[in-house]
Amino acid sequence: MLEIRHLVKHFGPLVAVDDVSFVVPRGEVLGFLGPNGAGKSTTMKMITGFVAPTSGTAIICGHDIGAEPIAAKRCIGYLPEGAPAYPDMTPAEFLGFIAHIRGFAGREAQLRIGRVVEMIHIAEVLHQPIETLSKGYRRRVGVAQALLHDPQVLILDEPTDGLDPNQKYEMRKIIAAMRPDKAIIISTHLLEEVEAVCSRAIIIAHGRLLADATPAELARRSRHHNAVRLAVAGSDMSQIQAELLRLPAVASAKTIEDGEGAGLLVFPRDGEDLVADVADLARAHRWQVSLLRVEHGRLDDVFREITTAPLALTSLPDAA
Amino acid sequence: MRNVLTIFRREFVSYFTTPLAYVFIVIFLAMAGMLTFFVGNFFDRGQADLQPFFAFHPWLYLVLIPALSMRLWAEERKSGTIELFLTLPIRMTEAVVGKFLAAWCFAGIALALTFPFWITVNLLGRPDNGVIVASYIGSWLMAGALLAIGACVSAATKNQVIAFVVTAAVAFIFTVAGSPVVLGLLQGWAPEWLIGAVTQISFLDRFSAITRGVLDIRDFGYFVSMIIAFLLANAILVDLEKAE
Repeated sequence: MLEIRHLVKHFGPLVAVDDVSFVVPRGEVLGFLGPNGAGKSTTMKMITGFVAPTSGTAIICGHDIGAEPIAAKRCIGYLPEGAPAYPDMTPAEFLGFIAHIRGFAGREAQLRIGRVVEMIHIAEVLHQPIETLSKGYRRRVGVAQALLHDPQVLILDEPTDGLDPNQKYEMRKIIAAMRPDKAIIISTHLLEEVEAVCSRAIIIAHGRLLADATPAELARRSRHHNAVRLAVAGSDMSQIQAELLRLPAVASAKTIEDGEGAGLLVFPRDGEDLVADVADLARAHRWQVSLLRVEHGRLDDVFREITTAPLALTSLPDAA
Repeated sequence: MRNVLTIFRREFVSYFTTPLAYVFIVIFLAMAGMLTFFVGNFFDRGQADLQPFFAFHPWLYLVLIPALSMRLWAEERKSGTIELFLTLPIRMTEAVVGKFLAAWCFAGIALALTFPFWITVNLLGRPDNGVIVASYIGSWLMAGALLAIGACVSAATKNQVIAFVVTAAVAFIFTVAGSPVVLGLLQGWAPEWLIGAVTQISFLDRFSAITRGVLDIRDFGYFVSMIIAFLLANAILVDLEKAE
């Protein structure tokens, strides 16, 4: 439904986006991750036809954004970075304007506006000038505007920025509910959001696409994946540590002390499942185990690892 | 066409949601009146015509038109709404024309509200109403040409104050191009064709010809072609500068 082909954008000598390609089919929520200035917003601006790419293109519902911009833009609902809206208008006037531009008039326009107003919960501010609204409401007006024509492709640049936790939860529920019949891209800094709503995640840094996988697959790349957290009461930690290291599946073990108290974190070799081995060991030594838990991968670890890797490493594919 | 109308309506209404519309109209009418009666010696001339009224329009527009045009694109670029606006399914020409028409119609309303002058001269004597109609049309077209220049300048900056100042400066050049001061600067070194060309672009010369009753279709055509040329430049500039 949405196909990105070798998008490249140069700003003078700066390469903002460097050969990014991916496909988003219907039913997918793609999380777009990357540090600030990585090229996320620039990529979105190129997909939506605001910025012309240096080379490459985006195909939206079969329409090339360069060759058929109007047809392509009709298929897209877009929330630009910062959720811009005309400050002197009220949400009602603003949505009315968008509805007209999108080709709806009269009763049809009213029905559609009514539907998104209810869905995004902005009824109570419908007649206040947008400049007087809180950041959360402005963001929601921006999302409402993007949903008005029930687009097949939805591109949301930081849809939950500025929302409180309840509103974030609501927005994620709305995105999840729309997922089955749309292709959705959201950009975000919140990794928990990716785990909550995205069926796939792309990480970009320095303008390059560095990872494209499901959130679970990404998390599996973390060294915390399948690590075992162990706490033992009344025993010598260093002795236990030594015992654990003797297990063939254990790569390393370190003592930690955090909010959960003191304990050991045991890392597996090659992401192997080692909780059974640890449990056996504990039983054999009659340790007083107070905590035994398998850790899941941490997306933020993976994110940091991928995005802070030296540039030379990430440009290896070029040499090949 | 439908999109032009939608954009026109949004822009036009936005003039009235801020005090700008009212301030503009009040100041335009007050200054037009003062200049006509006190500086233009409307009564002392003893003639029933609107020449002293129209004679000050180019100078009034020089100050007031940039105030109308400065926000057209600069405000959208500053607030980021341009990204929303230009990712809607509209053509660049529709966006440019819709915005321009809103500003131009607003200027038209301000101009139309000077109708009491027209009534006054008709009460005092028997003016040539044909020339007055032509002068009104000429004045509106000149306002349009200045607005098109202003829209074009506004597309090149995020800063409305810069848009105002640059528009006023460019408008000044176009207005006084044919005056002895400018021509005096050119004479002696510039080739004949350049002096001829500079004389030709003068808004002041063409407009005062219309108000004196010398009706030449080319003078009207000149303003129309200026509008078209600057709106084309406007579209190109928006496309180039929108994402900067």
